[in-house]
This record gives sequence, structure tokens and C-alpha cells, in this order.
Amino acid sequence: MTDYILEMKNITKSFPGVLALDDVSFRVKQGEIHALVGENGAGKSTLMKVLSGVYSHGTYSGQIIYKGKEQYYRNIADSEAAGIAIIYQELALCPNMNIAESIFLGREIQNKSKLINWSEMYKRTNELLDQVELDINPETKISHIGIGQQQLVEIAKAMSKNAELLILDEPTAALTDKESEHLLDLLRQFKEQGVTCIYISHKLNEVYSIADTITVLRDGQSVITSKKEDLSQRDLISHMVGRELEDMFPRVYQKPEDVVLEVENWSIEHPTIANKMVIDNISFSCRRGEILGIAGLMGAGRTELIMSLLGHYGKKISGTIRVNGEEVVINNSSDAIKKGIGLVPEDRKRHGLVLHQDVKFNTGLASFNDLSKNGLINDNELISLTNQQVDKLNIRTPSIEQLLRNLSGGNQQKSVLAKWLIRELRILILDEPTRGIDVGSKIEIYNIMNNLVAEGLAIIMISSELPEIIGISDRILVMHEGKFVKEFSKDDVTQEEIMHYATGGYDEKNRVN
Amino acid sequence: MKKTGLISELKNTVSSQIHKYTMIIALIAIWIFFQIVTKGIFLTPRNINNIFLQMCFIGIASCGMVFVMVAAQIDLSVGSVIGFTGSIIAVLIRNHNMNIVPALAITLVIGLLIGIWHGFWVAYMGLPAFIVTLASQMIFRGGVMGVTQGSTIQPNNDAFKAIGQGYLPSLFEFKDYNTTPLIVGILCIIAYIVLSIRTRKSRQSYEFEVSSLPSFILKMIFMSVVIYSVFVVWALDRGIPVPMVILFVVVAIMNVISKRTPFGRHVYAIGGNSEATQLSGVNVKLTMLLIFSLMGILSAISGVVYTSRLNSAAIAGGTGTETDIIASAIIGGTSPSGGTGTIIGCIIGALVMASLENGMSLLSLGSFEKYVIKGLVLLFAVAVDVQTRKRRGIV
Repeated sequence: MTDYILEMKNITKSFPGVLALDDVSFRVKQGEIHALVGENGAGKSTLMKVLSGVYSHGTYSGQIIYKGKEQYYRNIADSEAAGIAIIYQELALCPNMNIAESIFLGREIQNKSKLINWSEMYKRTNELLDQVELDINPETKISHIGIGQQQLVEIAKAMSKNAELLILDEPTAALTDKESEHLLDLLRQFKEQGVTCIYISHKLNEVYSIADTITVLRDGQSVITSKKEDLSQRDLISHMVGRELEDMFPRVYQKPEDVVLEVENWSIEHPTIANKMVIDNISFSCRRGEILGIAGLMGAGRTELIMSLLGHYGKKISGTIRVNGEEVVINNSSDAIKKGIGLVPEDRKRHGLVLHQDVKFNTGLASFNDLSKNGLINDNELISLTNQQVDKLNIRTPSIEQLLRNLSGGNQQKSVLAKWLIRELRILILDEPTRGIDVGSKIEIYNIMNNLVAEGLAIIMISSELPEIIGISDRILVMHEGKFVKEFSKDDVTQEEIMHYATGGYDEKNRVN
Repeated sequence: MKKTGLISELKNTVSSQIHKYTMIIALIAIWIFFQIVTKGIFLTPRNINNIFLQMCFIGIASCGMVFVMVAAQIDLSVGSVIGFTGSIIAVLIRNHNMNIVPALAITLVIGLLIGIWHGFWVAYMGLPAFIVTLASQMIFRGGVMGVTQGSTIQPNNDAFKAIGQGYLPSLFEFKDYNTTPLIVGILCIIAYIVLSIRTRKSRQSYEFEVSSLPSFILKMIFMSVVIYSVFVVWALDRGIPVPMVILFVVVAIMNVISKRTPFGRHVYAIGGNSEATQLSGVNVKLTMLLIFSLMGILSAISGVVYTSRLNSAAIAGGTGTETDIIASAIIGGTSPSGGTGTIIGCIIGALVMASLENGMSLLSLGSFEKYVIKGLVLLFAVAVDVQTRKRRGIV
């Protein structure tokens, strides 16, 4: 009993319409490295936010017992004072401050007259940087050091607060292999010094290399906690995936016709880190009447790939794109649209819609120039095109003059589709098309996709939901760290296999089935 | 039964579009207030016409400002640009004996170039409009001093004076009245009614929501009375002022641009969500350049009207008018955070600002009180905007 530093008992946390954590219990032993794994949206980050007080006591039900005493954290300051430090996936450092300032932000070392004691602060910083084996001047600005070094600064910051329980959320997502290796070594050293660590990661080989114990979360529930030795990678994956394919995917298959889109040797260099590729020499093609699924975990480079195809991401790009066999140069979205490529983005509110304009305006957004004659927009035509799409896509809105922000997520998503469907389209790219959408609308969107490929469109769909990608795609490409590591056809794939490749597994070993 | 239905519908319209109507109500309140405290001088035909004349150059420039602000930008240089372009045309006419037409053309081209200059730095160099136009505020204030050589220049040219001070001649004699406004007023009302009925019919054919027939008729009668009273005021005074004709043309064109052209719709899209607009294939940078170019031209027109009305260009010309222009746009419902705003609204805003200025002058208040009060009105207008946005849950 006493060898557990942390026990979280029966934690339940719900958001409007979603049960994020459902009676989760989670125990961490003193001095171990405990890996927390699960698919995107399984509830890992929510659980850690409950622990660190981001969701304050009272907004969830259940107990947190830390060092044998029940805790009632109201905010992060409370949990930090108790010795719990969390390092988020997105680093929280101010780029304009130097390393010492960043480490002591809010806790600046002061002298008797309440002025900042810089020399003491730099001295302490040097000691901390030694601990994390970072040989760098403490006066260096955060913006001048790489992501990997920033990660180490975050860890130094946590150490400066005398953290006994260190939580790392996807710490190696943006790191190179060498940097990741260094980080893992460091964690092993901390473990010897008695620091307990909760390690959240998608990368199963890292998990197996470092963890003592593994807990799997799925759909807001803890599925299993086991010693690493007692859990094979294959079992782990099936625990992560867990679900059965239901009748949610009403796919009608077409016979794919001629190739519409061909991408060859597509590479993008990382904008800030030298010698790291965001997209690494990718080639693929997509045919009329085909839905091509792109699977992979967050950070694999899927969104960057499609945004770069549309000329909206990346500066150092190489490779060629062919549309209908003809090589094209796409410098911006306008070029892409002229070639008949449309994008339904992952973040529709940020990249897809003008929320305080109405359905009609948003439908016409990409087409005002084409809808105008003698410089004036033909409003009648826009209205009738919008009405057609409202009927065809079953957009539930009281009127086409309703503002987008008043529509539900599903209807907003259909409105983004309407923007493209009033145009002559060849290729439709959907990035996480059903994220944040209720089940009913999801099925409607799958049916719309069916109809569109039947009409001769080529569809590329990115999705993190494995059942969806298996249920809807004709072909599936699995992406890992900027590369396509495996291609599957629709008849010959399981969720476990996709997960195996998406987490960095190889062909030779551990091949499932 | 029908009557209560009408009243409740009117109530609904008022409460749903309260922001639009607050400023009209505020305007009427300001007028009544000044009418009382000036003991009836405020609402005489002569003084009402003065208010219109005062608002003309503000109104013209604020039409451009609406576009700039809807795109979530700002132009702080407009006061200096008005002074600069005004002094250029004054110098061209007075010192170079230039004809009005080429002088006007040169001035407008200079306004356009200033706009392109702003647009270049904001859109293509990625500088904040606040900084770019703050720099221009100084640059073109210096420009005014250079062009006028520090002296006051009076063009004294009849054609030029007519732009800011002239009136359309009477069509035929009828006692002492100028008959033109009476006839033009009727034509305006007919045009207004025809357009309203056409819009309503077209909306009905698409089964869009329209107001009930009685309230539609009521609104048309009300608007016709308002329109005609303005023209009667001019008939009783000296006729239709030329600068009002210019303002009317600018408003009509800008209104159509904002509502019916791809460029206009793109301006609103950029202010609402610039990234989504870019991803929808709109050339956001070029659109931004065009917005500032339009602002430059309208500033130049405003500068010409302003200088012509005063018949003089001086080193302080246009100083401080940028606040009146920005305030007009904001009072008229243009949101400082972009995405919303109308041309018609900003004209009402300009009317509010001109009425305040005029009323306070009649009360012989000094610059001290004028600035304080106008500042408070601007603050209040922004506070109202923020509150409405919060209520609608936008912020």
C-alpha cells in the first residue's frame, strides 16, 4: 500500500456531451517509470489535467491520494507545491525570454531589497542545466535553442521545483532520434535518484525501452495495468484498439478508374531543425472513384503533407505533383482550387469557415469571382447553388441566412463541404472529417463521401479513428514520422496492424498474424 | 388582432437589431437635446445644412475606413493624408494655375499611390497597419508643411470652391425656394420604393424571411418622410450641396462594392477569418493592397472637399480628423476587431459626430470640452460594441 506514491481512484470527468474519463483508477509506484498509452482521445491528457489541478477539485468525481494523503488541488500551483510537475506536449516557454528567466518565471530569486539577483539565478540555472546535461549559456534566449533543448529546459524547470513526480506528455514528438535517446537516458538517471515518472507516449518502442509498468486507457476507461514483462506488444495494441467494427460504415465501393492525382518524391524540411524532415520522400497516387485513407498518429506529418500539397505549408519543399497526368505547380490555395482540389480542414473553425457570416456567404467563399458577371456577384445564382447543397447535404439550418456559429458541428462541416461542391472538383481532401461530430452526422458524412466517389471524385481522407479509416477507405497508407511505412488494401487489414506500423513497428519483427 | 401582431413584430425587429437602431435613437436624442439647449437654433434649415456640410468629408473618408477596419486593420494617417492631398490641389491651382480637372486627377492619383504604399507595407512586408499608418501620419504632416511652405494657400478658384461649397442650381423659379431638391427628393423616394419592393419580391421568391406587409409599408412611409424632410430642408435653404452629391455617389458605390462584388465580400471574409479565406483561394495580400488603395483615393477625395470648403490649405489642415473618421465608423457599428461593419452605418456615425461638433460650437464650448466629449462618445461606442459581442458570445 505505502509503496504507491500516487493513487487515483474512480476518477470520472465529463464535458458537455462527452464522458472523458469513466471511473478510471490509476496507481503509480514510488520510483518507477509508468507509461500511459492509448489512442488519441482515450483520455490520457484529461487524466493528467485532473492530477495536476488544471481541472480543479470538484469538477470531477473520485479521489487523488498522493504520498498517502488525499489531495484537493485547486490549480497547478497547488500540485506543483506538492512536488508534481507536468511537461506538456506543446512547450510553455516564452520565446523572448532567456533560459534562466524561463526557469524561474514567477519565482525569480530576489535579494533583500526585492530586486532580482541575477548572478544567483544564473548560478542556479547552470547547476540545473548540468543536471539535464545541457551545456549552454543560461543567458541564451529560448527562441535561439531547438525544440529538444527547450524540452530539457522544461525538465530543468521541473527539477528546480524539486519535483518528485514528473509527468511527460509526448515528450519526444518533436525530437530527433538522438535527442530522444538523450532524454530517455536522462529519465533513467532521474529514476535512480528516486524521481517517479509518468510517461505518455504513442511510440511503443520507446515505451518498451523505458517503462517499468504500462497502463492502457481506451475510451476514457483504464483497460489494463501490467508490468512491462507480462504484456506483449501485440496484446498491448489490441488493448489500445479494443473495439469491434460496427455497422457504422455504410461503404459502397466503386471500381476505381484512372489516376487523378500523383505525388512523387515529396519532401519537406523542418522549418527550424536542421536535417529533420517533416515529410520524407513520399510518393502516392489517388484514382477517380477511390477513397484513399491516410492513417497515423498525431504528429506523424499527415496534416503537414496535405497542407503542403495545397501550397499552405512548408518552405523547403521538393517533389512533383501531377493532376490528370499533367505536372502542376501549386504555390497557394488558389492554384490548388484551379486544379480542382478542395480541402475540408481538420480545424474547420480556424481553416474552413467564417463563423459570423451566414451559410450563403460561406458556401460562396471560394467562388465569389466565378459567380460574378461584370464585376457584380450574381446573388440569385449563389442562392440557388446554396439551396441545392442544403438539400443535397441535408444541412439543417432555418435559412441560408443563418450565421454559421449558430449551427451544430455536423452542419458546419457540411457547410465546408458545400463550399467545394458548388465548384467543379476532382480531388477532395478531408482531414479528420468527423472529429467532434455526433454519430448521426458522422454516418451522413460517410454517405456523402460515398455519393461523391460515385460521381467520380477522388477522395483523400486523413483520420486518427482506426475503425473509420478501415470502414471507409479503399486503400490505406500508414504514416509514421513523415514517411509512408505501409500500404493496406481494404480487405486485408486490422486495426492492430495499422497501429503496429503507426507506432513505428517494422515488417521483419513482431508482424501480427 | 392584426394591430397587436404588428406592434409585437415591430418590437421584435427593434430588439433583434437593437445595435443598428441604438445609434439612430442616440442621434435623435442628441438633436432633441441640442434643440432645447440652443433654444431652437439647432434644428433650423440653415444649421441642419451646416451639419451635413460638416459631415461630408468625414463621411467620404470613413467609407474607406469601414473597409480597412472590417479587414481588421486601421489607418491612423488619414488626417495627415487629407491635409496633404488638400494642400497639393490648392498649390496646383493657385501656384501652378492648373485647371481643375488635371489638378483633381493628379491629386487622386497621389491619394492612390499613398494607399498602395500603405498596402505594400501591410500586406506584402507584414508590418502592422498601426505602425505603418502612424509613420505616415508624421510623414504626410511633414508633406503638408513642405507643399505649403508653411503658409496658408487660398486657391480662390470658383470651380474648385464649388466642390465643397456649391449648390445645385434651381430648376425653375418658384418664389424664393430652390425647386431642385423638391423634384430630386421625389425621384429619390420613387427609387427607394421601387428598390425596396424589388428586393422584397426577390426575397419572397426564395422564401426568405420578410417583414409583414403592414410593417413593410410602415417602414417605407417612415423612410420616405425622412428622405423628403432632408430635401425640404435643402429647398428652404440654398439647395442641394455639391459635396452632398459627392458623398451620395461615394456611399452608393461603396455600398454596392461591399455587398455585391467579390472584392467586397472578400474584405468581410478576411476580417472574419483570414486563414480560412486564404485557404479558399482568395489572394489575401492583393485584397489588402486594394483595401488600402481605395482608402487612399477616398482620403484624397475627402481632402479635396475639405480644402474646397475652407478655401484654404494650411499646415494644420486635417489634423485630428482621423479620430472623427475612426469614431464615425465605430459608432456606425464597425467592429474594431474586424469582420462586421456597414457603409450606411458609418454615415449615421459621421452624422452623430458632426451633430456633436456643431451643437457644441453653437453652445460656444471650447476645444477642451469638445475633445473630452467626443473622446467619451468614442469610448462609449466601443464599450457598446464589446458588450454586444460578449452577449452574442463572439469574444
